Amino acid sequence: MRQFGAFIRKEFFHILRDRRTMLIVLVMPVVLIILFGFALSTEVRNVNVAILAPEPDDMTRRIVERIDASEYFTVVRWLDTPTEIHETLRAGEAQLVVAFGQHFSGNLFSPDGSQMQLVVDASDANMARSYISYAGGIIADFSREMAAGTGTSAQEGISSSVQFLYNPQMKSAYHFVPGIMGLIMMLICAMMTSISIVREKEMGTMEVLLVSPVRPIYIVVSKMVPYFVISCINLITILLLSVFVLGVPVAGSLLSLCLVSLLYIVTNLSLGLLISTMANMQVIALMISGLVLMVPTMILSGMIFPIESIPRVLQFVSYILPPTWYIAAVRKLMIQGLPWIFAWKETVILLAMTIVLIATSLKQLKHRLE
Amino acid sequence: MVIKYLLEKEFKQFFRNKFMPKLVILFPVMIIALMPWATTLDIKNINTVIVDHDVSSVSKELAETVNASSYFKLRDVVDSYEEAMTLVEFGDADLIVEIPAGFGDDLTRAGGSDILAAINTVNSTKGVLGQAYLQSLLQEFSARHVAASSAAALSPSVNISVKNMYNPLLDYKYTMIPGLMMVILVLLCGFLPAANIVQEKELGTIEQINVTPVSKFTFILAKLIPYWAIGLVALSFGFFLSWIIFGMVPVGSVLTIYFFSCLFILTMTGMGLIVSNKSSTMQQAVFVMLFFVMIFIMMSGLLTPVESMPDWAQAIAAFTPTKYLVNVLKCVYLKGSTVADLKTDLIALSVMAVVLNTWAILSYRKNN
Amino acid sequence: MEREIVIHTEELTKRFGNFTAVDRISFDVYKGEVFGFLGANGAGKTTAMRMLCGLSRPTSGTGTVAGYDISRQYEKIKSSIGYMSQKFSLYEDLKVWENIRLYAGIYGMKDKEIERKTAELLERLHFTRERNAMVRSLPLGWKQKLAFSVSIFHDPAIVFLDEPTGGVDPYTRRQFWEMIYEAADRGITVFVTTHYMDEAEYCDRVSIMVDGRIDALDTPANLKAQFGAESMDEVFRSLARKAERSE
Repeated sequence: MRQFGAFIRKEFFHILRDRRTMLIVLVMPVVLIILFGFALSTEVRNVNVAILAPEPDDMTRRIVERIDASEYFTVVRWLDTPTEIHETLRAGEAQLVVAFGQHFSGNLFSPDGSQMQLVVDASDANMARSYISYAGGIIADFSREMAAGTGTSAQEGISSSVQFLYNPQMKSAYHFVPGIMGLIMMLICAMMTSISIVREKEMGTMEVLLVSPVRPIYIVVSKMVPYFVISCINLITILLLSVFVLGVPVAGSLLSLCLVSLLYIVTNLSLGLLISTMANMQVIALMISGLVLMVPTMILSGMIFPIESIPRVLQFVSYILPPTWYIAAVRKLMIQGLPWIFAWKETVILLAMTIVLIATSLKQLKHRLE
Repeated sequence: MVIKYLLEKEFKQFFRNKFMPKLVILFPVMIIALMPWATTLDIKNINTVIVDHDVSSVSKELAETVNASSYFKLRDVVDSYEEAMTLVEFGDADLIVEIPAGFGDDLTRAGGSDILAAINTVNSTKGVLGQAYLQSLLQEFSARHVAASSAAALSPSVNISVKNMYNPLLDYKYTMIPGLMMVILVLLCGFLPAANIVQEKELGTIEQINVTPVSKFTFILAKLIPYWAIGLVALSFGFFLSWIIFGMVPVGSVLTIYFFSCLFILTMTGMGLIVSNKSSTMQQAVFVMLFFVMIFIMMSGLLTPVESMPDWAQAIAAFTPTKYLVNVLKCVYLKGSTVADLKTDLIALSVMAVVLNTWAILSYRKNN
Repeated sequence: MEREIVIHTEELTKRFGNFTAVDRISFDVYKGEVFGFLGANGAGKTTAMRMLCGLSRPTSGTGTVAGYDISRQYEKIKSSIGYMSQKFSLYEDLKVWENIRLYAGIYGMKDKEIERKTAELLERLHFTRERNAMVRSLPLGWKQKLAFSVSIFHDPAIVFLDEPTGGVDPYTRRQFWEMIYEAADRGITVFVTTHYMDEAEYCDRVSIMVDGRIDALDTPANLKAQFGAESMDEVFRSLARKAERSE
C-alpha cells in the first residue's frame, strides 16, 4: 500500500509540474460556462433590414418606423429597385428586405387587402424563421391597431395560457449547464488519462513501472487518482459558477447530484483506460478521444441539440454515449429538482457502462501483459 | 532542394501510420455525412400528454390534431394534471395540454374557450418554439370550428408573402453543412501538426534535425505542407459528400472557397506550430489547442449566430479565424457571394495568417 | 609540427538559473584526433557538447568549431559537423535506406551520389539485406552503428558522439570503435563522451570533467603517469572522488 501511495504522489508531481496544462484544465470550465451562459444565444437583436417601397407615403413610413423602433430590427437602407434586393442580401448588408406592394396604402382597406413581401436571407434557417415571425408580428400588431381605430374587431377563438415549467425566465443557461458538465468531465477524465498512460508506453517507462513489485492494476489506478481529484475540483467550480454567476440554482438534492457526478467521473476514467489499452501512440489516443468522444458528445448527447429531433439511427449512437445519460440525470436532479428516484434509469445505465468498461479494459490489460 | 527530402519523409511517415490516412477519410464522413442529421434546432416530436376533462368529440379531435402534427407526438391522454406531471418528471413528456370541461360546447357555441398548457422549458428554445407551434395549431383548430360570421368587411388587411432566399425550404441542414467544413479543417490542420512536432520533440528526433544545417523555415515548411494537402483533400471530400448525400453544390465559385480555405488553413497550422513550439509534452500541446479550438468553434457562428451575441462576445469572436471562415463558407455556398462581397473576411484572415505564421517561425528555436 | 586546431574554447560557461552546468572550460582539439570527453553523470559533458554543436548558447566565454564562432555562427558550424545523441534519434518508422537518404539530402547531397554511397555503406556494414528493413525492427547495436554511419555520411570535419555505446554488448562496442578509428583515418575529428574507462584508453587524448570544470587533459599514458595509476579507471576514480555534485 505504501508503494501505491508513492505512485499516486509521482502522478501528482507530473501533473502539478506542468503548470500550463493545470491552468487550462482549471480555467476551461470557467470559460466554457461563461461563453455558453452569456455569449451563445439565438435571440434576435438589431437585425439589419432594407426597405423597398415603390410608392412611399405616410402609411408605409409609419410601418417602417414601427419596424425600426423595435429592438429586433434596424432599418439600414432604402432600396430603389427590386434588383437591389438580391445584391443587398448577398453582400450581407441586410438579412431581411421588406418590400411593399403596388398601391399599398390604397389597397389596405380593399376586400383583397394590400400586398407585402418579406425577403429573408435563409442561409440560417432558424434565424430566418424568427425574423419572419417577428416582422409578421409587427405588421399584424399594426393592422390590429388600425382596425381598432376603425371599430372592427377580430374573433376570439381559443385562448391558451401557457405555463413554463422549471425555467420560467427562459434562460438558455438552464439547458447548457448540464451539457457543459458532461463534456468537460469527459474531456478531462477520458482524454487526459488515456494520453498520460499511452505516453508512458511510448517512452518505455511503462515497462519500468510494470516490473516493480506493485500489481499493474494499482499502477493504472494511481494514474487515475489525480484526474479524479481534478474532476472533482471542476465539478465544484462549475456548480459554484452556475449558481452564483449564471443564477442556475441546484433545485434538487446536492448529495444525489454529487453522487451521480462521481459515478460519471469513474465511467470516464475507465473509458480513458480502455482507450489507452487500444492505442500505442499518443497521437492515436488523442484522435480516438477527439473523434469518438468529443465531437459526438457535442452533437449527439442532447447537450445542445434535442435528442428527439435526431434521426432514429443516430439516436442509437446517442444512447451508447455516457454523457447522454449523465446530462439527462443532471437536468432532472439539478434543474428540475426531482428526487433521485426519477433518475434511477440513468444511474443504472451509467453504472452498467462503468462495469463493462472496467471489465473490458482489465481484460485487455491482462492480455497485453502476458 | 533539401525540402524534397524532408517532404518525402513526412509523407512516408504519414502513409505508413495505420491510423492517419483513414482519419482523413473517416473524419469528413462523420462530420458531413452524419452530423447534419443531428445538428438541427428544428423542434419536432415534442412529447405531449393531454389531460382531457371534457371528453367530447371536439376534445378527441383536438388530441388527434395534436398527434397528426409533426411537431408533437401524443404520448398519452390522462384524467388528471398530477398524472401528466409524473410523466413530465420521468422525462416521458415535455408538454401538458389541459382541456377544460365544456371545451367543445364553448368553442362551437360561444366561439371561444380557454386551454391551459404547461411546457418543460429546461431547453428554452424548445419551450419557445413549442409554445408557438401549439398556438398556431390551436388557431387553425378554432378557425375550423368557429363559424366565420364575424368576419369584418372593413378591417385593414395586409397579405404577407414570404420569400426565403438561398434556402427556400428553411432546411437547417443547409445552414449547418458549410459551417461544419470548418470543423474538419480546425481539427485536421490545427491538432495534427501540433501533435506531430511535439511527438518529434518527445522522441528526440527533432534534436538530430537541429544539428543539421536545415533552416528553420525549410523545416517548418516541410512539416506544414503535408497538413495543407491533407486539409484540402479532406475538404474536397467533404464537398463531394455534401453533393452526393444532400445534393448541395456551392452557388458561388468553388475557387473562392478553396482560396479562403487555404488562408484559413494557414492560420490554423500557424497556431498549431506556436503551441507546439511552446509545449514540451503532447498532453500540454493537446490541452492548449483544445482550449482554443473549443472557443473558436463556439464563437464561430456555427452553433448560434454571431449577431445574436452580446457586444463583448462579438468582440472576442472578431479575433477568431473560424468566424470569418464560417461566414465565407455560408455566403459562397448558399448565396453565391464573390470575393468582392467578402472583403472584410479576406482582410481579417490574411492579417491573422501573416501574424500567426511570423510568430510561429520566430518562436521555433533550433538553439537556446 | 604545428597541428591544425579544429575546436577551440576559452572560458566557455553555461548557467541555468544559478546552477553552473559548465564552468569556464578551455581546451583545444586537433584535426584527426579521437578526443575523449569523460566525466561522471551530471558533470556537464552533454551541455558542453550541445554548446559546441550549436544547440545551446553559451552564457559566457568563446569558442570556435571548424573555424566558426559558436555564439554567432552556429548555423554555419552545422554543415561541418555530424552528431549522434545519446538518445537514439533516427526515425523508427522509416526504412534503413530512407533514413540515410533523408540525412544525406539534408546535407545537400545529390540523388545519384546518395544512391552510390548508400550501396557502398550498406556493403561495408554488411547491411545490404536490411536495406528495406524498418529501423524499429533492428537490434540496438545495429541501430547505433547505423546512427553513427549516418552522422558521418556527409564527411563532416568533426563528429560529436554522445555516449554512443550505452547499452551495447562488448563485441559490438569493439566493432563500433573500429568504425571510429576508420573515420579518424579519413581525417574526421572524433569528439566522444563515454562512461567506459576501457574506451578512454582508445582515445588519443582525454579530458575529464568534474563539477563542470576540466580537471585533467592529456594522453591516457601521460594521465596514468601523472596520477601514478595503472589504468584510466583509477585516474577517473581519484578525480571523481572530489566531485561535490552527483545525480
